Amino acid sequence: MTGAILFAIAIAALLLAVAVWVVVARTAFTATVGFIVYGLLLALVWVALSAVDVALTEAAIGSGVTGMLLLGAAAQLRATEANVESTSLPLKLSAGILCVLVSGGLAAVMLDPPAVAPTLAPEATAKLSATGLGNPVAGVLFAYRALDTLLEKVVVVLALIGVWSLTPDRAWGGVPGLRLYARPSGTLTLLAQVLPPVGIMLGIYMFWTGADNPGGAFQGGALLAAMWLLVMVARLQPVPPTSLGRLRLLVTIGPFIFLTIGFAGFALAGSFLAYPIDYAKPLIVVAETGLTLSIGVTLALLVAGPAERSA
Amino acid sequence: MTSAAALSQTATAGGYLLVLSIALPALGILLALALGGRHVERVAGVFLPAGLAIAAAIVAETWRGGTPLFYAVGGWMPPLGIALRADGLSVVMMTISALVICAVGVFARADFFTPSRSVEARAPFVFWILLLAIYGALNIVFVAGDLFTLYVALELVSFAAVPLVCLDGRPETLQAALRYLLFALVGSVLYLVGAVLLYGAYGTLDLVLLSQQVHAERVTFVAAALMTVGLLAKTALFPLHLWLPPAHAGAPAAGSAVLSALVVKASFFIIVRLWFGVMPGIPGFAAAQLLAALGAGAIVFGSILALRQERLKLLIAYSTLAQIGYLFLMFALAFNAGTARLDSGGALTGGMLQAMSHATAKAAMFMSAGLIYAALGHDRVTGLAGIGRALPLTIVAFALSGVALMGVPPSGAYLAKELLLQAAAGTGQWWWGVVIQMGGVLTSSYVLLVLCHALMSPDAPVTLHARVPRIQEAAALALAVCSLLLALFPWERYLPVPRGTPPTPFDLDALLKTIWPILAGGVLAILMGRWGDRPATMSFGSAVAAVIAPARCAALAFGGLIERLDGVLRQWTAAGLSLLALVVIFAAAMLAGR
Amino acid sequence: MDVATIFGLCGSALVGLGLYGLITNPQPLRKILSFNLLGGGVFMLFGVVARRGAAAGLGGDPVPQALVITGIVVAFSATAIAVALLLRLYKETGNISLSPNDPEKADTHQGKP
Repeated sequence: MTGAILFAIAIAALLLAVAVWVVVARTAFTATVGFIVYGLLLALVWVALSAVDVALTEAAIGSGVTGMLLLGAAAQLRATEANVESTSLPLKLSAGILCVLVSGGLAAVMLDPPAVAPTLAPEATAKLSATGLGNPVAGVLFAYRALDTLLEKVVVVLALIGVWSLTPDRAWGGVPGLRLYARPSGTLTLLAQVLPPVGIMLGIYMFWTGADNPGGAFQGGALLAAMWLLVMVARLQPVPPTSLGRLRLLVTIGPFIFLTIGFAGFALAGSFLAYPIDYAKPLIVVAETGLTLSIGVTLALLVAGPAERSA
Repeated sequence: MTSAAALSQTATAGGYLLVLSIALPALGILLALALGGRHVERVAGVFLPAGLAIAAAIVAETWRGGTPLFYAVGGWMPPLGIALRADGLSVVMMTISALVICAVGVFARADFFTPSRSVEARAPFVFWILLLAIYGALNIVFVAGDLFTLYVALELVSFAAVPLVCLDGRPETLQAALRYLLFALVGSVLYLVGAVLLYGAYGTLDLVLLSQQVHAERVTFVAAALMTVGLLAKTALFPLHLWLPPAHAGAPAAGSAVLSALVVKASFFIIVRLWFGVMPGIPGFAAAQLLAALGAGAIVFGSILALRQERLKLLIAYSTLAQIGYLFLMFALAFNAGTARLDSGGALTGGMLQAMSHATAKAAMFMSAGLIYAALGHDRVTGLAGIGRALPLTIVAFALSGVALMGVPPSGAYLAKELLLQAAAGTGQWWWGVVIQMGGVLTSSYVLLVLCHALMSPDAPVTLHARVPRIQEAAALALAVCSLLLALFPWERYLPVPRGTPPTPFDLDALLKTIWPILAGGVLAILMGRWGDRPATMSFGSAVAAVIAPARCAALAFGGLIERLDGVLRQWTAAGLSLLALVVIFAAAMLAGR
Repeated sequence: MDVATIFGLCGSALVGLGLYGLITNPQPLRKILSFNLLGGGVFMLFGVVARRGAAAGLGGDPVPQALVITGIVVAFSATAIAVALLLRLYKETGNISLSPNDPEKADTHQGKP
């Protein structure tokens, strides 16, 4: 048993324990805190699986921004903890048995991998030079499977529309109901003054370096979103109304640029979302810049939620 | 990058149309959001017809050729890149969805517009962007040739459909939307697990490459079971239908039309792709019979519950449940016992024709129901008396779409029924033939119930709350006529032609075959439908009522039983247990088929 | 038994746990949490597949890794919509039960159908 395997067993056991805690915890607040721990442990798992890009994304988006969203919800829903109709024991037992069967089926498949694992890694690295990138994950995201990334951006924008659609009619276009917390001399205010410059620089660095090293637009954008949220929650910046034109422009600029580059590919390189040979990396970096900005703004707006009072 | 010569093999002529069908709606969404205000309606007014034009161009491109369109995005060939493919199935579904969405767009212009005194209003802003999103997402579902792109497309469809359900902000619709969202998310996650397993085994997510490499082993069965059941949850096939009735009934009329007609067809289409395209030899006899059995259950359940509904919109929603069940009969009927594979033949064509005709007819029905509600201020089935005279065009639209669903020639449903019956006879599966005929009777019953109520003369003259715009009635009527004439469209160019002679829609035999289910349906409507206190005031009503009272008692008792069962099945825990149980049962059925 | 297989088993267990929480816990917020657990488990399975596909000098197959990144963002978007719906439902009714007490049978409609 090498050290790596021992480490893996320890992390996996801890992860399962935390996951069980999330499912059985008494209050939603405890469960949400458990979930944030789960996300951070999951990031460690990704490092153990040699997927650093994914680890960064999981820590930033999967645990960080999602955790903030769920914590806020748990706080607002605290009053409903009391009236809970819990599921009866026979139903829980049946559910447990069926879940064990499903997990068992998956485990049986996982324990029996093909002798030679099929992989696209050789093909991905061989064609990477044509894109000018050094990070194969970035190559997959922005070159080989760029359509998926474009559609994912549309999904995020659509989710924002969906969240905004839940605004009461009288408050449409108004200010989101993000819960603000700071007192002028509190710790939160201090953190909100000290962290954002560092965070923004880190975010920009993470996106910039993503072309050749682990990182990328999503991770950098999530960090930017977190900094903006910190500044808003600490009342250092006002929460903007959702009808603000500049805000909507920022949300759409990233996908717009990406789509434009995609259409330009028709003329310049013969195919949608194709890149001409010498200009591939600059074009990808331009697309990523726009995307980082848009993702940062959109993720923060998704956490801020629908408008609650008119502007 | 690839040279120009190599690039020519990454796309067929006209393949760029597939990209446009996806990229233009995406551009529309972004433009609408960026411009905001009144411009949203204008952007939709430009991009929806543009989508229709692209669909028409794709039809023209594939008309003579017969070779499917192909486009490797970015010039990267699968398995590394993503391929877009449009074969006959894709083309017909894209055409129908373009037609339905444009008709819904025309219909919705009267309901969703920014009032003159405000800069921007919530409902129109949200509605038009969601409609564009659904349209784009549907196109992706129909042309994407990659399992993960299909996953993203499914999420896009769900995220666009859920806010439509709760667009009016009432608590019931909010609850319905939340249940829909959570159940749909479980469905897509199960689908994703299956895709992960397939990539782990075969190293590709491309549909065509997978079809060449897939073989019968444990991982394939588990993946197939997970993906199928996940997609069934999104299609709301019995018993996983808990979210559909309140969601489709609670949405605004234009929203319900799109939800019932097209959104549920997206996940159904992916099941078709999986079972007929990627792994036709995997499911086996038992799993196919199980799927069709669930479909039969949906037909019986949905139709009887539809008969028992008090509200018209709920009746139509339950009718959707029943019609979805119809779509799944084809999986059993396409099974070739000799080769243990699913054949792309007459049964597949029948199922696709059924999907197309349901899409057009159901959209027209929901539009008519919306107009009736707007005019009367309510949509109680028993309170519809006199509406036939007050809103003749609307009732004609409803009647035509109902008649099309009942399977009267030359509607698409008639042709679908004939093809499915042919397949049933051909493969010796007579029991599905019985189910199909029963389905016809059941469909007729609730359509006739509504039409009878609508054509009865009222006690007091009907007062209309609001004028119904002619353009809305025209849109509903256009779709209804479309569904009625669907069999006359040249479907042979795009859908597999069945062995033997395809049924002709225009002879006496065909007409006679359609009469008796309608009559039987009428009897069923009398026995089980809600009549309010109407019969007592009709001249012969009390005599007839006395005669059939015992039969009606028994029928109502049976109906009550079904309603109670439905109430149990639509509890979240019960539905969740059914979901997991189905995964296990499907996996077992596929494994046993070896 | 190598690192990838250990996490493969862990991921399978997480999928089962997430499904259990989703089905049995009556509160919608807990269901959303369980959905995220479930998502984490699925992505972990994808990561195991990626790790097993290590070749050409890379630590893992980059295609599944990129797909997981996309999946994480999509899962967050789903959570955002679900939470917003839940909070709105709470503000409208003061109660967050998902079980219908048949309000659809009542004819108390205002506004558009």
